[in-house]
Amino acid sequence: MAQYGFYFDQSRCFGCKTCEQACKDFHNLGTTVTFRNVFEYSGGAWTDNGDGTYSQNAFKYYTSVSCNHCDDPACLPNCPSGAISKSEEDGLVMNDKEICIGCNTCVLTCPYTAPSVDEDAGVAVRCDMCASRRAEGKQPICVEACLARALDFGEIGELRAKYGDSAHVAPLPDKANTAPNLVIKASVRALPTDDTTGSITNPLEIM
Amino acid sequence: MTSTVQSGFSRRTFVKGSTLGALGLTLGAAGAGSLFGCSSTEGDAPTVDETPESIVWNHCAVNCGCACALQCHVKGDEIVYIESDNLGDGALGSSQARACLKGRAIRRWLQSPDRLNYPMKRKEGTKRGDGEYEQISWDEAIDLLYEKLKYTIDTYGNEAVHFHYSSGVCSGAMMLGYSVKRLFNLIGGCLNYYGTYSSAQLTAGTTYTYGGGNGGSSLGTIQEGQLVVMFGNNPAITRMGGGGLGHDFPYMMETKKPKLIIIDYRMNNSLANQGGEWIPIRPGTDGALCAALAYVFITNGYTDEEFLSKYCVGYDEKTLPEGAAANSSFKAYILGEGPDGTPKTPEWAAAITQIPAKRIEDLGHEMGKADPVFICQGKGPQRHSNGEITTRMIMVLPQLLGQIGKPGTSDGRETGTTSLPLGIMPIGTNPVTTNIPCFMWPAAIRDMKSFTPLNSGLRGAETVDTNIKFIFNYAGNCLTNQHSDINTTHDLLQDESLVEFIVTSEVFMTDSAKYSDLILPDQTTQEQVDVVALSGGEIEEILFAQPVYEPKFERRGIYEVCCDLAEKFGVLDEFTDGGKTREDWCKSIYETFRESYPDAPTWEDGVAMGIWKTGNVPAPIVKLQAFVEDPEANPLPTPSGKIDIYSTTLADFAATWELAEDEVISPIPEFDPGFESYVNVTDEYPLLIAGFHHRSTTHSSYANNEIIQTAVRHQAWINPADAEPRGIKDGDMVAITTARGEIRIEAKVTPLIIPGAVGLAQGMWHNADMNGDRVDHGGCINTLTTERPSPLAKANPQHSNIGQVTKVV
Repeated sequence: MAQYGFYFDQSRCFGCKTCEQACKDFHNLGTTVTFRNVFEYSGGAWTDNGDGTYSQNAFKYYTSVSCNHCDDPACLPNCPSGAISKSEEDGLVMNDKEICIGCNTCVLTCPYTAPSVDEDAGVAVRCDMCASRRAEGKQPICVEACLARALDFGEIGELRAKYGDSAHVAPLPDKANTAPNLVIKASVRALPTDDTTGSITNPLEIM
Repeated sequence: MTSTVQSGFSRRTFVKGSTLGALGLTLGAAGAGSLFGCSSTEGDAPTVDETPESIVWNHCAVNCGCACALQCHVKGDEIVYIESDNLGDGALGSSQARACLKGRAIRRWLQSPDRLNYPMKRKEGTKRGDGEYEQISWDEAIDLLYEKLKYTIDTYGNEAVHFHYSSGVCSGAMMLGYSVKRLFNLIGGCLNYYGTYSSAQLTAGTTYTYGGGNGGSSLGTIQEGQLVVMFGNNPAITRMGGGGLGHDFPYMMETKKPKLIIIDYRMNNSLANQGGEWIPIRPGTDGALCAALAYVFITNGYTDEEFLSKYCVGYDEKTLPEGAAANSSFKAYILGEGPDGTPKTPEWAAAITQIPAKRIEDLGHEMGKADPVFICQGKGPQRHSNGEITTRMIMVLPQLLGQIGKPGTSDGRETGTTSLPLGIMPIGTNPVTTNIPCFMWPAAIRDMKSFTPLNSGLRGAETVDTNIKFIFNYAGNCLTNQHSDINTTHDLLQDESLVEFIVTSEVFMTDSAKYSDLILPDQTTQEQVDVVALSGGEIEEILFAQPVYEPKFERRGIYEVCCDLAEKFGVLDEFTDGGKTREDWCKSIYETFRESYPDAPTWEDGVAMGIWKTGNVPAPIVKLQAFVEDPEANPLPTPSGKIDIYSTTLADFAATWELAEDEVISPIPEFDPGFESYVNVTDEYPLLIAGFHHRSTTHSSYANNEIIQTAVRHQAWINPADAEPRGIKDGDMVAITTARGEIRIEAKVTPLIIPGAVGLAQGMWHNADMNGDRVDHGGCINTLTTERPSPLAKANPQHSNIGQVTKVV
């Protein structure tokens, strides 16, 4: 069995969201559904120095994440209708649209906010790593779109051999939870997964 | 259906401690689905579509400074999806003009049901701005346009005809409505304007310092590990195309690993994942910081005295030009030996800039000791009421340090970029020489007859005999939305006794279009043939653009419309240069280019290829290198032939121009707070309201494409120190007011902005009941901005506003 995954070079990303929009265009997603989210994580505090000046330690950084087609996916065992399965062929975790009732449980259980419920179709949807493009020998559209060339795609073993194993970072959860097929090269600003000094500061843009 | 959580499972307990849990349950609230009739789901149960798919190349043409490739996958007469430049190697550092999120989302914009499809004239009995129109035929439209234009010229003369400032179509051989200018130039001409809403103050600053030109060195000259200091600059976003700085900036940061410092009132996206230090500054006070840095340089011996005496005029008393007063040099000003008697110490600047004196002093030492140091500015600092003088203050820093003309340096201007030298359709010569600042057109509607060179920046004439009576607005939103003080401009444009006729050629009903008497439905660049040098960074590619589908409805390109009008005026043959079509012009422009690039493909081969890349990596720009190497052989186009730290031209303006008490023109760079600055805040208006360029729009272009706007929200940035006393929480709806008007917008409560300032992305579409309360629910910054021009360039000070923010209950 093959297992595909993404590589995200967080050290290059500047949060432009071209990956997200390229995906939404290719997959014809509406305004309320996104297969790839870009999280803004920021924090810091200001000190009034009392002399008309300020000091601060503000920071921000971005993380682009889609479905990681986890080895131990949180969504799968929690699906009340048993619609989700993991493919033997390419490792994709997908839901059977005939069985799915669009109940939102997968959305709520996924620690990466990867699935969305398409309200019109009444089913959950998610990144399939551009199956139709892969069938033509092409990269997923987000990889080809990134201005900073911060995304790569491939067999996860090859990605790990090429880029090293991932350094997972806030606001993502501990990778031990679901064993995501995601390799990240961390930004110099990245903080550990248990960081509490920042928060996701674009919550209304995450869907 | 309504999404409900049907199991007893709690997401929050599952993600235990995960910071993603803090996101909350925003997901169940998904709305009514998709726009534009597109399914919001992926094609999991595809109906087999046998329509053959073709690839058509075109380009994004809005005014971000880039031109990026759109590889359109077309079925029948619709785009199904967009790819961009994926030719050749995709690695960081390779040449690909990848479109940003805006270009990637262009399908929904092109397919929007809100497109303009038919010629329309304003309904009888309605006023400009009401937005009520009735469809007419193209024959009627051309007849009406001809009649009104002819009447204007016959009655008021060609100076009364204004080709309005615009930038909605800003790349390609046929860009900027040059068809209209070419036609006007054949029928007696039209009023000229100078400067741009983007950079007029910067242009003024560079003109009187270096002899003109806004571009400095390119990022490519930055050396490994060196110091880079940027003022009000966000290169990753403002020119974010993948063939522009959206590629070149992260590439530079990764390969050169410089010590980056950005001075800005917001922590912008160029200070995100690749690091760098943010020095927050109070908006409009960059000049004070620069003065204090100069003080540190001078008092610590960091100044390059040889450079200053050999290449510059007016640094100290020794190099002051003849006739300059004693103690009028820059050095005298900084040390407090000039008329104001104030040494510009770090302590002096700290209270103005809100930057601790220690950080200013340390930065001065750091810059003073660095070799090389790359110093540049974005266009933020200049878009203020003190913009011109501030740009000169920034430019003086590398002059003081002699950090100009060698690798790793810039000369304090903005980031330089390159592109292949492909021409555009020639516009001929305007018989009218009268030339006004581009921002001054409302005053020219009211009373251009009162304009003089001394009171209004009038050029090319000593007086004018008419006011503006006719406006041709091509692909522009500067009648209201992108001009300042919309409420005042609304009243001005509604008065039909002033401007008698307004025609707009557009693809959407913009706020500006609503003020037109006649609307012509344009085709977008993507719907027409074109040729373009892809640009925005260090890139050498030509794109051969073909229409993505046949013309729809009654939309017509501006060149063809101008052909009809030219025929009416009896100048069709001259206008078309003997019968050239739009495609013929593109071909002839390309053939001229090919004379210098013999390896370039034929037109036909180019069209088949889509994009031709030279394969060269352009040499980095090192600005003023030739001048520094041999100043006698390569003098600057300034009065002195050198760098004018002291400008005799500005000294003359300062002595003769009619200025208000709070307007300063100075022969040397100085700090002047300008009007509507931090010194003007009141109890009623205690905050500084400034704009910025967001990644979701290019000015107002694409701001109506909801697919992007929901992904990158339009919000007012406000520091917790200002939000908390006002009871404002992140995501709250707030009202922002100035003396000009009121907007409503969502708050982003964030430590990423300095206290005392509010940051608003410019470009959102004005949306107010103009016959009612005029509250702008679209959140357009120009409901709030002043139409008072800056003193020297007479340009838009759209980042200089005092205002207030309150929570909407």
